[in-house]
Amino acid sequence: MEQNRRDPVATETIYYDNATVRNFAVATVLWGLVGMLVGLLIALQLPLPGLNFGEWLTFGRLRPLHTNAVIFAFVGNGIFMGAYYSIQRLCKTRMASDVLSKIHFWGWQLIIVSAAITLPLGITSSKEYAELEWPIDLMITVIWVVFGVNMIWTILKRRESHMYVALWFYLASFLAVAILHVVNNLEIPVGLTKSYSLFAGVQDALVQWWYGHNAVAFFLTTPYLGLMYYFLPKAANRPVYSYRLSIIHFWSLVFIYIWAGPHHLLYSAVPDWAQSLGTVFSIMLIAPSWGGMLNGLLTLRGCWDRVRQDPVLKFMVVAVTSYGMVTFEGPMMSLKSINAITHFTDYTIGHVHNGALGWNGMLTFGILYWLIPRLYRTNLYSVGLANVHFWLSTLGLVFYVISMYFAGITQGLMWNEFDSEGFLAYPNFLETVIHIVPMYYIRALGGAVYIAGVLLMIYNLLKTVAGQKLNAEEEAVVPASMVEVPAHEDTFYGVLHRTLEAKPMPFVILTTIAVAAGGIFELVPAMVMEKLAPTQATVSPYRALELEGRDIYVREGCYTCHSQHVRPFRSESVRYGEPGHAGEYVYDHPFQWGSKRTGPDLSRVGGKYPHGWHYNHMIEPVSTSPGSIMPAYPFLAERKLDTSLTKRKFEAMQKLGVPYTDEEVLNAEADLKAQAEEIASELQANSGIAAEADKEIIALIAYLQKLGKRLPEGGEK
Amino acid sequence: MQIMLFLILISLATAFLFLGAFIWANRSGQFEDMLTPALRILPDENGSNTMPNQDREDRHGTKPARPSRH
Repeated sequence: MEQNRRDPVATETIYYDNATVRNFAVATVLWGLVGMLVGLLIALQLPLPGLNFGEWLTFGRLRPLHTNAVIFAFVGNGIFMGAYYSIQRLCKTRMASDVLSKIHFWGWQLIIVSAAITLPLGITSSKEYAELEWPIDLMITVIWVVFGVNMIWTILKRRESHMYVALWFYLASFLAVAILHVVNNLEIPVGLTKSYSLFAGVQDALVQWWYGHNAVAFFLTTPYLGLMYYFLPKAANRPVYSYRLSIIHFWSLVFIYIWAGPHHLLYSAVPDWAQSLGTVFSIMLIAPSWGGMLNGLLTLRGCWDRVRQDPVLKFMVVAVTSYGMVTFEGPMMSLKSINAITHFTDYTIGHVHNGALGWNGMLTFGILYWLIPRLYRTNLYSVGLANVHFWLSTLGLVFYVISMYFAGITQGLMWNEFDSEGFLAYPNFLETVIHIVPMYYIRALGGAVYIAGVLLMIYNLLKTVAGQKLNAEEEAVVPASMVEVPAHEDTFYGVLHRTLEAKPMPFVILTTIAVAAGGIFELVPAMVMEKLAPTQATVSPYRALELEGRDIYVREGCYTCHSQHVRPFRSESVRYGEPGHAGEYVYDHPFQWGSKRTGPDLSRVGGKYPHGWHYNHMIEPVSTSPGSIMPAYPFLAERKLDTSLTKRKFEAMQKLGVPYTDEEVLNAEADLKAQAEEIASELQANSGIAAEADKEIIALIAYLQKLGKRLPEGGEK
Repeated sequence: MQIMLFLILISLATAFLFLGAFIWANRSGQFEDMLTPALRILPDENGSNTMPNQDREDRHGTKPARPSRH
């Protein structure tokens, strides 16, 4: 077999597709800038609530836009840029289909544009990092499969038998994201722009965070590890420190990652054993993650002098270091005692930005500085500017992350503190918010500095390509046929391997069917899994007005700042009330537990304040809560409640197992009007507020007053 | 908690897919050579390094400051 490898092989000349790589690179930079600017705006909206403009540009609507833009537009295009470049070279073949490459590129950009339009309009399913509504979800499924087919087809056509570790990372990412996306977006449509999650309450929470955690794992981490294993050795021009370790890194990571999701739900109504499972697997993740980090850093052993000169390597070193920090921090935050302080606070925001700005951002910049001059067969316009960019990014990252760690721990400790007489030291939630407002300014400064660096990069890259011609079809001399790795030809897998390789199309079609089947479930979920939610005699479903109010709560993204789950701590029981029970959330399609408390928990707010308080608080938050940083919602008192879908919403809920009688469905609108009149007249009588009963604010008040009156042993109904 | 069962099954299914891939990779000899794959990705296929000055010199010809040698 050694003999085989030394035989001279016939070669042929092929052309790599660089145009698609360039297109994805442009999209990465463009959407990255947009996503970061939206991030800067919402960062400033926290200390300066006056920056919440009108109804489209409030924090609650823009925060999902920021997260989706950065994850799926910036990092997403970054993945495709690096993958399309490296797959062709690792497989020594052009991408299998130029048409699929084009569909993939334009389809993905169309999805991003749809997201940028629908999210500010309040069209959202409210599941974090999966907020896009069902028509866009279907588009994502199709385009993702196009990417997968194009990639797998290319890999099957490869001329190099050995699959370099980066390919494994891309393949696992494709497979896992396809499964996660489909399961978490199982929903029942009510019209084109509205759907209800198939799952409710605790079940919905479990599915969401199984997805949420693995979106971080298989979208932000594994594909970027693939990029690291290709571009870091290429940029350093030396092989990865230990190839064997990279293989171990890959397999252990993919086997462990998928189980860690419940660490997002510690101290919740999720069963204890599931929480512990999440914690154990999170701790186990340290080993492969740090193996990977060390493998990246040690690749540079013996050439650290080049790191001092080369901005590409500088960016990559900080990226890999951030990866190491984040993958240590994550497991630590999965420990219950630490989670008790950090969860719901800005600590988590600092943690994810260490990952996004450090790991994803810096690696992307490093790759761009290496790749763009190559695609145009030229040198970088200015190494000096790239170095300035490097320091701006690093400084911005430090300002951002440290201020958020400080804010998070401060606030977490303040929430839980009792004074010597056994009362809450900070009974007014607002006190703990005002205390960390200076940190919000520092964070915004950090973000602004980071963005300044990105602008420098854009200038530098534009100057680099100005007047240069893209090497769209890069010539490559490659072996004419696959260089075989000696395989155990007679084994079942050897045969299977050869069979699949000989017939790429059946394999591709089978894969497509497998994933598309999931997409079909999205359309007809009720037929597959009817009545998933157990019914509870003591908890009453939402009345029509309350359900409409809940949909406004979802539309405005209230969950981005308010949780609906009281943890079993004494401090939380004193502040909010009884801890959350699984049974009280059974009619919550989708669940609204949230993951961040910029404002207080709302799950026990019902009946706490009169209707008039809520009315004034929505119109002008500081009128009832001086110093509040909540956006004002005056338009809710002006907009008429749309009741055209009310009946259909009830029917959808019925299908999902909410025990509405047919009569209740028929009378939904009448009941809605009756309850609205009731609230309006009470507003007039007790607070002297002349509110019209058909406005949205009435529905929202109805929903807020229902919260907490749904305890299993509660007196209501 | 049917959902737990559902999630565990789907996670297990994913894990088994990865396991199958691992067994295939192992049996087909993907991991027999742990040395040369890391080296073989380094040269470009066009036979020549198109950018001799890549990363060392920018278009103004300015070289980044050399670290002082002790």
